[in-house]
Amino acid sequence: MATYNLKINGQTHSVEADDDTPLLWVLRDHLDMVGTKYGCGIGQCGACTVHVDGSATRSCLLQAAQLEGKEITTIEGLSENGDHPVQQAWKEVDVPQCGYCQAGQIMTASAFLDKNPNPNTEEIKSAMHANICRCGAYNRIHKAVAIASEKNS
Amino acid sequence: MSTLIPSKFSRRGFLRTSTLASGGMLIGFNLFNACKPKAEMPVDISKLNYSDFNAFIKISDEGMVTIFSPNPEIGQGVKTSMPMLIAEELDVPWEHVNVVQGELDTENYTRQLAGGSQSIRLGWEPLRQTGATARQMLVNAAAARWGVDASECTASKGVITNAKGETLGYGDVVKEAAMLEIPENVGLKDPKDFTVIGQDATNVDIDKIVTGKPLFGLDYKAEGMVYASVLRPPAFGQVLESYDDTAARAVPGVIDVIKIGAKLNAIAEKNWTIQMGSSEKVVVIAKTTWQAIKGKKALQATWTDDSTLESTEYQDKKLFEILNGDEFTTKREDGDVKKAFAEADEVIERTYESPFLPHNCMEPMNFYANVTAEKVHLVGPIQTPEPTAEMVAMMLGRDLKEVKLEMTRMGGGFGRRLYSDFVMEAAEIADAIRKPVKMVSTREDDMTTGVYRPSIKYRIKAGIKNGEITSYHLKEAAINVNMYGLIPHFFPAGCIPNYKVDVGNYKSNITTGAWRAPYTNFLSFAEQSFFDEIAEITEKDPVQLRLDLLQKVKGTTDEKIQYSAERMEDVINLVVEKSGLKTPKEGVYQGFCAYYCHNTHVAQVADVVLENNQPVVKKVHVAVDCGIVVNPTGALNQIEGGIVDGVGHGMYGDFKFKEGMPESNNYNSYRLIRMKEAPEVETHFVENTLAPTGLGEPTLPPAMAAISIAITKATGGRMYKQPFIKNMPKKQVIG
Ligand code: FES
Ligand code: FES
Repeated sequence: MATYNLKINGQTHSVEADDDTPLLWVLRDHLDMVGTKYGCGIGQCGACTVHVDGSATRSCLLQAAQLEGKEITTIEGLSENGDHPVQQAWKEVDVPQCGYCQAGQIMTASAFLDKNPNPNTEEIKSAMHANICRCGAYNRIHKAVAIASEKNS
Repeated sequence: MSTLIPSKFSRRGFLRTSTLASGGMLIGFNLFNACKPKAEMPVDISKLNYSDFNAFIKISDEGMVTIFSPNPEIGQGVKTSMPMLIAEELDVPWEHVNVVQGELDTENYTRQLAGGSQSIRLGWEPLRQTGATARQMLVNAAAARWGVDASECTASKGVITNAKGETLGYGDVVKEAAMLEIPENVGLKDPKDFTVIGQDATNVDIDKIVTGKPLFGLDYKAEGMVYASVLRPPAFGQVLESYDDTAARAVPGVIDVIKIGAKLNAIAEKNWTIQMGSSEKVVVIAKTTWQAIKGKKALQATWTDDSTLESTEYQDKKLFEILNGDEFTTKREDGDVKKAFAEADEVIERTYESPFLPHNCMEPMNFYANVTAEKVHLVGPIQTPEPTAEMVAMMLGRDLKEVKLEMTRMGGGFGRRLYSDFVMEAAEIADAIRKPVKMVSTREDDMTTGVYRPSIKYRIKAGIKNGEITSYHLKEAAINVNMYGLIPHFFPAGCIPNYKVDVGNYKSNITTGAWRAPYTNFLSFAEQSFFDEIAEITEKDPVQLRLDLLQKVKGTTDEKIQYSAERMEDVINLVVEKSGLKTPKEGVYQGFCAYYCHNTHVAQVADVVLENNQPVVKKVHVAVDCGIVVNPTGALNQIEGGIVDGVGHGMYGDFKFKEGMPESNNYNSYRLIRMKEAPEVETHFVENTLAPTGLGEPTLPPAMAAISIAITKATGGRMYKQPFIKNMPKKQVIG
């Protein structure tokens, strides 16, 4: 057990956790930030995606010990009022079915669009390919990413 | 003023009202029964009682409408489309309506509409009638205030207007309305006057979903809550012999290690919603989820074999023994198939095979339980709250009144959350440790201790005489249970004079159950590919073959035949037109099929192209007749989801066993469809004003059929076995 100072959504949180605790569970159990979801725990589904220094990263594979000094952003901190262009596009397209995978989809999409603001269809597909949506909302996820990229530009 | 049409659905006393202490009017109603004489309306909004009422509507002094309903949501949008029915007849703008998921008190609990394809169909009349009755009460109250006859007043968008043009908002008259007598048999709107139904209403939880607010079972927390991870037998057919928890107890954060199963096993046979093995289980209780999972990994347990440890080869052998044998139960029989086969010019017989499938809900199974001397409090994602609460009460020897079950939003259902094994475990754990606890399954637990769609095999035989199908014999070999309800009477029942459906099964220790579109999810592929092959063999156009068959069922008086030839023709014609099936494009191979299930008629055409000689599903055109489309955006979402799910599981879904042990346990060994493999879906609705039917399930089964047929067109070879990716014919490349 050790104490870690983690910078999450612009605030520093001091967390006591076992060394090997994945960031996912630190967020969910220690900090009550449950927007980041558990889907597989092995980096396969993307439900747990957060931004670490601006890059989409699987929080189930990261340990608290690796994260001191890094900027972590979760779905709760993506925007102040839920109006990030990607969140807006998600609402406009009415993407979610069960909704469970969507925080991860949104975090993947927003990091991707930061790096590639005007992607083509194939680039969107490649960027989103690693995030599973068991409900099969892929058509709408794709559309929402495209719309968000228009809002960006 | 819009004309009202008398409702066929006449019920008395299904609705009650009260004035809320905090202001506003409360309406409690029941969907299918009258309220009990003793049912009392609450006057405190925090004390809604769902044991006497299915749901409540609150109309505030400001005219805002809140609908409180304990109906779960499983990604099928029922939580949105059902309140729309109330809002339509109540005549309030959808923006003024808020939906709150209620909790469930279980005393004398009347059947709720669980999410699923049936909900919207069953709720269609009663929900609208509730809204209409409430509107009439508000109108009556306004008329009384004005001293005019109610027939001189109209209501629209939350405002009542009299003949002089004076207006009153709903909020202005709620107090008086709550005191009035409840009118009976209020008429319903003509569908052409709908203003809410047929408009896009986004998911009611959308703001919370896109900002990561707590919504799902896994997100629920309570003061002092601990976490539990359960070690279950690694193989079906094994039971716990002994365990050593020394190392587990040494894991930081682990609070306790206990054994459960005795209480649950004593009642496990009592209800179909409990599907689980008979072994005891070891549970690690810890301060956090991660510590509980680590503690479980550190457990040392030994297991003994208690019954056959099945492998996939064993299952295949058993199923073929059934198909090749002659012990069947006949589910439908017309004419004499045997005689017809003997007289046929040609007899075609094919066998189709499907694997087991796990549900893989994105949110793994989990449940919160807190058992105290006073009550049993349960919170989480479950589709069958009523029997679950009853079973928990029975298991713990408690009065049902003491059980309170709250439903959260569900991260996927697909049938898995009909079964309450994980709720029972959580309750047994909470009873033992007497602390608030959340039982959390890991993905591995979830995938390897599931309630699977079992492997099924179909053998279909058809006799052709003078170019016509004169006989048809379908045999089903399944595991644990066979097809149910009206499935044996679906198309082509009624179209072929000599027709027979026979079923048989063997009992397995592997837990099995419903999976999105039970039975039809595979039957559709078998039958529709079979028809496509018959069309090829008899040199007929596959669309015409279906249309010719449908002619023969028209005017049937057989009540078991619920599909409509006319509605089927409509979807077929629509999809043929929109997909360009008659004007083929170079390099695009199209597969056609038409299917009816879950009360909805669907036809699809899949477009497949070859990329590097590999067939790729590019697009699926779908025509749907689901009656009135209540919420188009929700409907399209379900249709697209069903098709993508069907394509994914048809292509990749595979789940094997070796000596009772599942061979896949997470997404690295079980392939789910992803973005690049998902086809574009283009949907076309048949427009009509018939009562709505569900959409959560009916587009999935035909998708598997349509893509398999298109792949056949592309590669020249037929598939008889899922998953297609492993059974795909190689393209014969020339040159
Ligand atoms: S939970 Fe992290 S990738 Fe699935
Ligand atoms: S919306 Fe259900 S998993 Fe994506």
